[in-house]
Amino acid sequence: MQALATRASDAPVLWEETLPGGAHWSGVMRRGTALRLTDLEGGANVSALFWNFEEKLERYNMPDTLKAQHTAYLTCGHCGFSDMGRVLFSIVGDGAGWHDTVCGLMDDRLMAERFGERRFQQARNDMYRSAKEGLLKEMGRWGLGRRDLHANVNFFSKVVADEAGGLHFAAGHSRPGSTVDLRFDMHVLVALSSCPHPLDPATEYRPRPVKLTAWRAGLAPADDYCRNFRGENQRAFENTARYFAD
Amino acid sequence: MLKESTLDPRHAAVDEICPAGEPWMREVRKGQVFRILDLEGNQAVDTLFYNARDPEERYSAVDTIQRQKSLYLTVGTVLYSSEGNPMLTIVADTCGRHDTLGGACAQESNTVRYALDKRFMHACRDNFLSAMHHDHHHHLGKRDITHNINFFMNVPVTPQGKLTFEDGISAPGKYVELRAEMDVVIVISNCPQLNNPCNGWNPTPVRLLVWDQAQ
Repeated sequence: MQALATRASDAPVLWEETLPGGAHWSGVMRRGTALRLTDLEGGANVSALFWNFEEKLERYNMPDTLKAQHTAYLTCGHCGFSDMGRVLFSIVGDGAGWHDTVCGLMDDRLMAERFGERRFQQARNDMYRSAKEGLLKEMGRWGLGRRDLHANVNFFSKVVADEAGGLHFAAGHSRPGSTVDLRFDMHVLVALSSCPHPLDPATEYRPRPVKLTAWRAGLAPADDYCRNFRGENQRAFENTARYFAD
Repeated sequence: MLKESTLDPRHAAVDEICPAGEPWMREVRKGQVFRILDLEGNQAVDTLFYNARDPEERYSAVDTIQRQKSLYLTVGTVLYSSEGNPMLTIVADTCGRHDTLGGACAQESNTVRYALDKRFMHACRDNFLSAMHHDHHHHLGKRDITHNINFFMNVPVTPQGKLTFEDGISAPGKYVELRAEMDVVIVISNCPQLNNPCNGWNPTPVRLLVWDQAQ
């Protein structure tokens, strides 16, 4: 599903970069810029964390995001809310349809149990890397540590709950070329990892590459799809406007 | 799943009441058993756990969900830390289901969920901050307020991914009991939320008990 605010074909690209599978990245996305994640080969997972760059005690809050929008997953129209009731980002376009935010990260222990060990000494940069270790390294670059590691988003991954709450990973959910477009509604520190999802039952370690494309999207207009997705979103945008003295 | 406890409150080392809308904080040692008793029914008890020896290791909702491959908590559920270590195990439960997706209410989230003028109503995250400010041993603060458990709260998720706060399935006298697998600090907010049915529209006190060991 695509919203109106998604990347216009004539919007100039600010920068573009391909994140290899198993890699980690962080950067500041200024208010009014947008980032497209493209699953180049299909089956990618991008674990992501978000902080207000100006005050990193304010961060993406999974429960606040889900309960305000009455959803257990993320897709187009949803916003990522901070614990301070503001909008960190909006999902303005989504070709995958479901992004998990309740399953957390694979850590080194789980990765070794699942795939065995493959360390730098034998494999050089084809070593196995986990999302949790990668994100902690990116966080360390900005003075953040274990206390700042909160529930993340796992873009491109779908996990469905049955009636009893049991979770089931939807293999093959994201097809080659799937994209998700995030507009940043504050100055946001973003950390990403392209390592496997913790509930992906694959027995082979094969993280997929993801292309990052940044462009200037502008602020959310009054008739913005995400702003008006629910009354809750309108109020969170109002809180954000007050913060920026719009 | 329902399972009753054989522990006798007369032998408890700690037996306290936490009034409606107030915080409670205490250290519980490895091997001790901790019970939360819903005195009047349908009272959400927002709870955080920290490793008492290394508080940067704390309860992790997503690690618990991931490792159980399940959204709801009940007897047999192991509560995992941010390091993937077992912190506590639910050993008895007469309610049957507890939530860890709904998080804790805050003044800010109330403005988003209900109305901007709800900011000044009392909220769980203020209770967490208050408990942490008055505790001088563990040096906890806003940075440490992570995603909690809501004991006795009912937040069903459908296979289509819809999430709602529903009327509780708890009742007067229902309880949940946990065995500590490490020394833990427990921080509770006995939820003051009046804007949704998580407390049956009427926040009430809870009883908190600790036994030295499983008898």
